[in-house]
Amino acid sequence: MAVTDPPKIITSRMVHDDSYTLERYLATGGYEGLRTALAKTPEAVSAEVDAASLLGRGGAGFPAGRKWSMLRKSPVTYLVVNGDESEPATFKDHLLVERDPHQLVEGVVIAAYALQVSRVFIFLRGEFALGLERVQAALNDAYAHGAVGRDIFGSGFSVDVVVHPGAGAYICGEETALLESLEGKRGFPRIKPPFFPAAIGLYGAPTVVNNVETMSNLPWIMTNGGAAFAALGGGRSTGTRLFALAGHVANPGVFELEMVKTTFNDLINAPVLGGGIPHGRGLKAFIPGGVSAPWFGPDQIDLPLGQDEVAEAGSMLGSGSVVVMDDHTCAVRAAWRITKFFSRESCGQCTPCREGSGWLERIMDRIERGEGREEDLDLLMDACDNISPGVAWPPQQTTICVLGPSIPSSISSAITMFRDEFLVHIKEGGCPYE
Amino acid sequence: MTEPMPVAAPRRGALAPAAPTHLSADIVTRARTLIALYPEPRSALIPLCHLAQEQDGWLTPEAMVDIAGLVGVTPGEVFGTASFYDMLHTEPVGKYVVAVCTNIACLLGGAADLLEHAEDSLGVGAGGTTSDGTVTLEEAECLADCDRAPCVQVNHRYVGAQTPESFDQLINELRSGARDADIPAHGTLIRVRRTTGIEADPTAVAEERRVAADARAARDAASHEGGA
Repeated sequence: MAVTDPPKIITSRMVHDDSYTLERYLATGGYEGLRTALAKTPEAVSAEVDAASLLGRGGAGFPAGRKWSMLRKSPVTYLVVNGDESEPATFKDHLLVERDPHQLVEGVVIAAYALQVSRVFIFLRGEFALGLERVQAALNDAYAHGAVGRDIFGSGFSVDVVVHPGAGAYICGEETALLESLEGKRGFPRIKPPFFPAAIGLYGAPTVVNNVETMSNLPWIMTNGGAAFAALGGGRSTGTRLFALAGHVANPGVFELEMVKTTFNDLINAPVLGGGIPHGRGLKAFIPGGVSAPWFGPDQIDLPLGQDEVAEAGSMLGSGSVVVMDDHTCAVRAAWRITKFFSRESCGQCTPCREGSGWLERIMDRIERGEGREEDLDLLMDACDNISPGVAWPPQQTTICVLGPSIPSSISSAITMFRDEFLVHIKEGGCPYE
Repeated sequence: MTEPMPVAAPRRGALAPAAPTHLSADIVTRARTLIALYPEPRSALIPLCHLAQEQDGWLTPEAMVDIAGLVGVTPGEVFGTASFYDMLHTEPVGKYVVAVCTNIACLLGGAADLLEHAEDSLGVGAGGTTSDGTVTLEEAECLADCDRAPCVQVNHRYVGAQTPESFDQLINELRSGARDADIPAHGTLIRVRRTTGIEADPTAVAEERRVAADARAARDAASHEGGA
């Protein structure tokens, strides 16, 4: 396969240093998609998004149009944008909020019109200080331009958009935890059922929660049509998508690629993309969709970047982050660090996740330090099994949210793929890579 | 703004909202502007905690009492919420909170060595503050800047990938005030202020508030029954 050259749907303005300003936005077709949308009925706008088959870009990959159609009819409904990008090694929304905040605002107003909501909250992770400032400044300009607020572009449609800063908690990326946090509480996920946001969401009202990248696609879809979007990609994975490439590659960064037509091999090794693994080293493993995803070995490198294709191979495209580990990487250390992250970020509501993540971290830590026992491998898998019975993919769940069942992915991947490395740590009393 | 400021009703067991005594008049004005953006005053709790940190650098007990009064909850509920979040500091921190990410992408990029260097160079462990009160060092989880690993933020501003040498240079610049223009003191998060209030039809806003208040009352009643 080769790297295709699709239109830049959401990164077209990033070549400009002032891509975040209203002036640049208007000079590059900005707010035309919104004007197109406002000239249609809300139902026609939804139909266009359905035709695009836009899959949610947050992690779960649920079709955006279907999510919208599930919104319970009610006098008060909300749209909430999830910009709490915290899945380790995911940094695409960071780029979108800092470099093209007007595109996000325009997408948000298009969605608000389709859903006929009068209030939108954009929840951005608190650590995005510059992103928060850029989106607030864009909103201020958009209000003044008549693109947000009362009677938008004379259409009679009104919507208010509020930027809401988070305060540092991975769990708030989970949509019901995000709603709790937005209500001024601890980010404790809600149990589903009954608290599916489309039925009982923010302040008890039906709520659509969509990711920043999902929203950012809407202006282009309005301007160019859902069919043009659906013509890109393949299968259920239509359009382009942002892939955040990190770890041991020559050229890490965010790349907008056509889904399915491009492979992991292209992303990691193509000179115009990742540029390969530096220092003449080989590929040991890669994580295809955020640290919640099971790892892949070099034998899977020719898999296409498609949601169903990756799922069928036993992992997930998830948040669109790809982490590359070269052959000098200690698999135990990598899996230990990911486990430590989950242990730290478990919200503490559910026993299997709260206690299990800590046990796993401590066992992984002692193996990495050379104080592990051979039985520890079975103990690790047993503890993983208590969190997610069967340690299978897709995972079984014993907890309120999916943070718990995400914990075993890295440990079971590392043990399955690199069991010998664990044994060397245990038998030789230390890490062979140090 | 067309709507009168919402008055937060105290919850069962809450102290009656007292006038703020600790937060400055300017911060209180900005706080009330923020509260008006939400159908429920409590939604402004976290943004108000950020504002309080802008005034004091951290979240003081006095500020939490004021916030409780402003949004209609008990001070304990403010503390109980704030203590959940990494960015809300219920103990004093330095003027600069320097966060070194050690999560997977940064680990692969040498973050462990950078953190060790930072600890040696500053003479404090992760979580500690230098004796002069200037710098608090934190070991952070992923900060979403993974193509510039190992990633460092100062007061939630990205400063790009750091080597041990550039890290020391950065600390020197912070201490000398050379970075004051782009990195405000800890607590100041969003320097761009909202220039508009809520423009929607007041009846729609009133309806939002009614639905939200009903939902809250129903949940309070359910939790009361559950605890009885």
